[in-house]
Amino acid sequence: MEKPKGWADEAKLDETTRLDLYRKQSAIRQFEQRAYDLFLQNLVKGTSHLSLGQEAVAAGFGAAMRYDDFTFCTYRGHAHTLVRGASMTGLMAELLGRSNGILAGKGGSMHLTSTEHYAMGSYAIVGAHLPIAAGAAWAAQERGTGQVSVCFFGDGTTNIGAFHEAINLAAVWKLPVVFVCENNLYMEYTPISSVTAVEHPAAQRASAYGLESLIVDGNDVDEVYGIATTYIERARAGEGPALIEAKTYRKGGHSRADPAKYRPPEEVETWLARDPIDFYRSRLLELGFETAVLDDIDAQVLAEVNRATEEAKAAPPPSNDLIYTDVWADGGSQWRN
Amino acid sequence: MAELTYRDAVAAGIAQEMKRDDNVYFIGEDVAAAGGVFKTTGGLLDTFGPRRVRDTPISEEAIVGAVMGAAMAGLRPVGEVMFSDFFATCWDIVANQIAKTRYMTNGQVTLPLVLRSANGGGLRFGAQHSQAVENWAMAIPGLKVVAPSTPADVKGLLAASIRDDDPVVFLEAKSLYAVKGEVPDDEHVEPLGRAVVHGDGEDVVLIALAAMVPKALEAAERLRAEHDIGCRVVDLRCLVPLDVTAILAAVGATGRVFTVEENPRLCGWGAEISSIVAEEAFYDLDGPIVRITTPHVPLPAAESLEDATIPSVERIVDTVIKEQSG
Repeated sequence: MEKPKGWADEAKLDETTRLDLYRKQSAIRQFEQRAYDLFLQNLVKGTSHLSLGQEAVAAGFGAAMRYDDFTFCTYRGHAHTLVRGASMTGLMAELLGRSNGILAGKGGSMHLTSTEHYAMGSYAIVGAHLPIAAGAAWAAQERGTGQVSVCFFGDGTTNIGAFHEAINLAAVWKLPVVFVCENNLYMEYTPISSVTAVEHPAAQRASAYGLESLIVDGNDVDEVYGIATTYIERARAGEGPALIEAKTYRKGGHSRADPAKYRPPEEVETWLARDPIDFYRSRLLELGFETAVLDDIDAQVLAEVNRATEEAKAAPPPSNDLIYTDVWADGGSQWRN
Repeated sequence: MAELTYRDAVAAGIAQEMKRDDNVYFIGEDVAAAGGVFKTTGGLLDTFGPRRVRDTPISEEAIVGAVMGAAMAGLRPVGEVMFSDFFATCWDIVANQIAKTRYMTNGQVTLPLVLRSANGGGLRFGAQHSQAVENWAMAIPGLKVVAPSTPADVKGLLAASIRDDDPVVFLEAKSLYAVKGEVPDDEHVEPLGRAVVHGDGEDVVLIALAAMVPKALEAAERLRAEHDIGCRVVDLRCLVPLDVTAILAAVGATGRVFTVEENPRLCGWGAEISSIVAEEAFYDLDGPIVRITTPHVPLPAAESLEDATIPSVERIVDTVIKEQSG
């Protein structure tokens, strides 16, 4: 299957967009690197799944979305929530279980949500959010809001029932939803190729639902932005859903517990040489952007990450009163009189 | 007032709310063109059109997931899961997603949705189309659980469930679909979380839900007429929120408690009520709390076996007599 060419050309990237794409990737990279450092200091408890190496997918789609398009993502969702504009302090504090966390500590790393930014949640059961994203798209279609749902998931999701149920329903109802498979070659610890009947686990399933087979280089943010713009706007125009497979690679393991020693060294070397941020920085320099401009973006992001870290660390843990809040819409948890 | 069947009251309740609120939508398998496999939703497609009343594929995760996503994004949807047994195919989305999302997001997400389903036995369908699963739903924090016993309550409680801003699992007793009763013609909304108490007997209270309510009422009448045992019957109507006030008042007035449950015995809703009564009304009790339940078995299909498995009027009467004479 040939990689479609020319998405970036189609998107007609201007200087502002390119710097935004660089900034978004830098923000994800530095946020995730800091999150990893905080694990090592045992300040982040539980588990956490980083997007290091996969930044271009969230950044490219994030930049292509209208402010009120819906994001649905997985437990590997720090990046997708961040690029919608959610507070970096709120996200960092949520990882640390602090009172100023974006969910006040009640959700944690795997459930980051910021509905004010239309980041409609991070879903930690594989596949569950595909039908939910379709449902939000259904509401947008019926209400005529012009919103599009963008739903991110991993390659491992392509073998679970909800993936197929959701895409079929979206196709039958012509829903404005773009499904984005981030194929990082591994479903947790196992090569996706060893447990899947086809080489391209999402793209080769698309035809079963009457959709185009779409593969994009998930480490080239211009290409991602281009395909994202094209298919989000098609969905917005009433032309129905899309399923896009973005090929990418994790820099590290599945979660904090995983050193990823099961990956062949040559494969790791090849992919790490295609680091999306190094790659994009080189491209921007070739295009004539000043080193100082890019360095300045990185420094601004670092300052923001430092501030978020300090504000999170300085905050107390959440009040125990929160245990009993917001089971119900009345704010409480009463199940009896 | 008109006399409606329990099944017709379902469509009446949905129609009342769809007329009132343009954001109410209804989806499910065979619900639109066919009017539902139990004929509970006939006429809705003609009245409200194919966008608001819509057939889905046999895809329970898609139905329930779409309902959740739509509720997050401005609709007030009603989804049908054809048989409550089928909740097992989409329980992740019900129990992990719908029930928990408001809590996990510290209240960012509100989910005004209803999942309707035909629940329980009585139609000889065998163990995969006849379970009473109310205790599954009751066990999950974040779900309201409603199970009406009369046509009027079907309409009124369904309306309240649709208006409620929390997710509601609405369980219709499939053995009651043909039962007729008076239903208000005008707008009818019954508040969630309030039990109804029938009778003023001072000997025993029978606490029942959904299809067990008419059986408890018939048993109560026989106990009064044939054995001079005075009963009152509590029709719970909702398991969550649970009307503990009504339960404890009935316990205080009688002193003997019997639950009549269609769900299999272990962790049935009556176990929770027994626990509450034991903790909070122990000194009102004149004898042990007794649970009359379906035994802890999958439900058999044959008419004779199914009738002998689900609590019957005879079993209720016999159990009460045995306890009261012991």
